[in-house]
Amino acid sequence: MRQGFYRVESVREIAGNIHLLSLHAPQIASAVRAGQFLNIKTRDMYLPLLRRPFSVYNRNGDSLEIIFNVVGLGTRILASGPSREPLDVIGPLGNAFGTGGDFEEAVLVAGGLGIAPMPMLTAELKRAGKKIHTYIGARNGSQIVREHMENVSVATDDGSAGSRGTVVDLLRTHLGNSSMTRPKIFSCGPTPMLRALAALADEAGIPCELSLESPMACGIGICQGCPVEVKDGPRKYALVCRDGTVFDGKRVVL
Amino acid sequence: MANLSVRIGSLKLKNPVLVASGTFGYGGDVPDLSDVNTIGGIVTKSLSMKPRDGNPPDRIVETAGGMLNSIGLANIGVHEFIKNKLPGLRKFDTAIIANIAASSVEEYCDVLTLLEAQEGIHGYEINVSCPNVKEGGLSFGTDPVITAEITRRLRKLTPKCLLMKLTPNVTHVSEFARGVAGEGADGISLINTVVGMAIDHRRRTPKLSTVTGGLSGPAIKPIALAKVYEAALAVKIPIIGIGGIMNTGDALEFLIAGATAIQVGTANFIDPSASMKIAAGLGEYCDANNIANVKDLVGTLKVRADISVVKSWL
Ligand SMILES: Cc1cc2nc3c(=O)[nH]c(=O)nc-3n(C[C@H](O)[C@H](O)[C@H](O)COP(=O)(O)OP(=O)(O)OC[C@H]3O[C@@H](n4cnc5c(N)ncnc54)[C@H](O)[C@@H]3O)c2cc1C
Ligand SMILES: Cc1cc2nc3c(=O)[nH]c(=O)nc-3n(C[C@H](O)[C@H](O)[C@H](O)COP(=O)(O)O)c2cc1C
Ligand code: FES
Repeated sequence: MRQGFYRVESVREIAGNIHLLSLHAPQIASAVRAGQFLNIKTRDMYLPLLRRPFSVYNRNGDSLEIIFNVVGLGTRILASGPSREPLDVIGPLGNAFGTGGDFEEAVLVAGGLGIAPMPMLTAELKRAGKKIHTYIGARNGSQIVREHMENVSVATDDGSAGSRGTVVDLLRTHLGNSSMTRPKIFSCGPTPMLRALAALADEAGIPCELSLESPMACGIGICQGCPVEVKDGPRKYALVCRDGTVFDGKRVVL
Repeated sequence: MANLSVRIGSLKLKNPVLVASGTFGYGGDVPDLSDVNTIGGIVTKSLSMKPRDGNPPDRIVETAGGMLNSIGLANIGVHEFIKNKLPGLRKFDTAIIANIAASSVEEYCDVLTLLEAQEGIHGYEINVSCPNVKEGGLSFGTDPVITAEITRRLRKLTPKCLLMKLTPNVTHVSEFARGVAGEGADGISLINTVVGMAIDHRRRTPKLSTVTGGLSGPAIKPIALAKVYEAALAVKIPIIGIGGIMNTGDALEFLIAGATAIQVGTANFIDPSASMKIAAGLGEYCDANNIANVKDLVGTLKVRADISVVKSWL
């Protein structure tokens, strides 16, 4: 992990209210792995006060990309375009997805902005020679991003793209109709989705890694602000920012 | 080069800047992002006798110019601290101050006694903003008699620097300051967080799992300055100013208000080297203004003689 000032190269809208920001950050780009995040000071003032965490979406040579929805002040500032001032960034933070292990087919499941870590994950899995299936859930068709992803199936709440319903239901159906060889699930998305997915993975006996979110003050393990309950502890809680954000689905209580 | 060193009881700090309890882990957690050898000292996360899990999520919410936390004193416990954290801290060239939290007067004494037997601890800071189990969970720190009593009991157990960390959530902090000074505390750390809450109006739910939490950051600096000023007028022992200090200018305000040293808290979350920058900034300020000793700034607030300061609390 390091702290540095990096130039914003571009900001553009790539889907309904989804913005892509590209950062020239060679030192982070050379070290980052799929599932890690950046903690960004959106401007040099005390409003917003804290940094804002974002998953690394993609790496492009010396550049890193993040994608985000505008939900509040910090993301509104980032979406307003590259400022002259470079951004103060700490990263890469958190652990990473386990792309190396003992499996053949990777099942990527993303809900909403949970697609953020999937392009980097896809690239890493391809390098590791894994077969990839991607399942994306969104509120509607205008919010689907498929770039840099492979073998994509879609579910939307309103049925405006792909099948109607939740992405976990879609995956359940697919798992029922096909047989995968030694699959492993990788997921990122809203907590209710992750909870349902962890239950499905458990039922089907498929190993499953979940990237979690939590409100964070520091992102670097010094505030104790981001607990997630774990089943295997000596301690009741692990820290999402330092011990995660990626956890074995069997390990966490969501 | 100005002399930045200050003395608090028997403890000499190379400069008046420390990192505040609970905002810098156990002290050695982010070596890539900070150099603690350039600051006056590290105050550890509050340590209790047994490990504490802390409160359920959500523990953090940002508010205008500040943040609320309800960590619930989550910590690894004093035994694991001694075994796994203290050896690393001994290698630093800075003062190590162990912060202690407890739910009974006896527990404060027992934790301090365990630490007193160790090498490498230069002083103690006592967090009295903890629920007192015997008194039905009311904070020790809101009762001046118990706060003084804790000081008296701990004073007997150590010749090292003993700091009492007071809460701002009382009417007259000077009453507490006089109490702990009278029982032999070497200094007073002021302030801990201010009670606050935040609500999600759409869901009609509190944003913190514990409903209320502790407010910190720039939003509390004016409160902290007023409390430091009040305490500094009431007692002769050194005050360590805490609350919303983000930069050198903020630190100077606290020194001028009467603090001998300062602690940097929430700013560490935004910039883990904030305290180091402030220590360097104080040196530059003194040099630029021909101040030979940073001590000479302490309590130099100029108040117009024709204005009567409201001292009803004194
Ligand atoms: C490890 C991690 C990775 C993330 N990656 C991405 C990403 O790739 N793309 C993306 O769009 N968002 C991501 N988020 C969420 C993102 O950090 C928040 O959306 C952002 O902090 C909002 O900032 P704001 O100032 O715009 O909004 P605020 O005004 O701070 O908040 C607006 C709304 O967002 C909610 N919110 C605030 N902070 C968080 C948070 N940390 N997690 C969840 N909800 C929050 C608030 O409760 C509120 O409802 C990630 C969060 C974490 C913890
Ligand atoms: C997340 C967090 C955790 C804290 N934990 C402790 C603690 O364990 N013990 C303690 O005495 N104070 C604790 N504090 C209080 C700080 O040490 C400090 O008194 C307070 O935050 C005000 O300073 P600031 O505005 O610079 O943060 C904590 C504060 C925060 C924000
Ligand atoms: S956000 Fe501070 S410990 Fe995780």
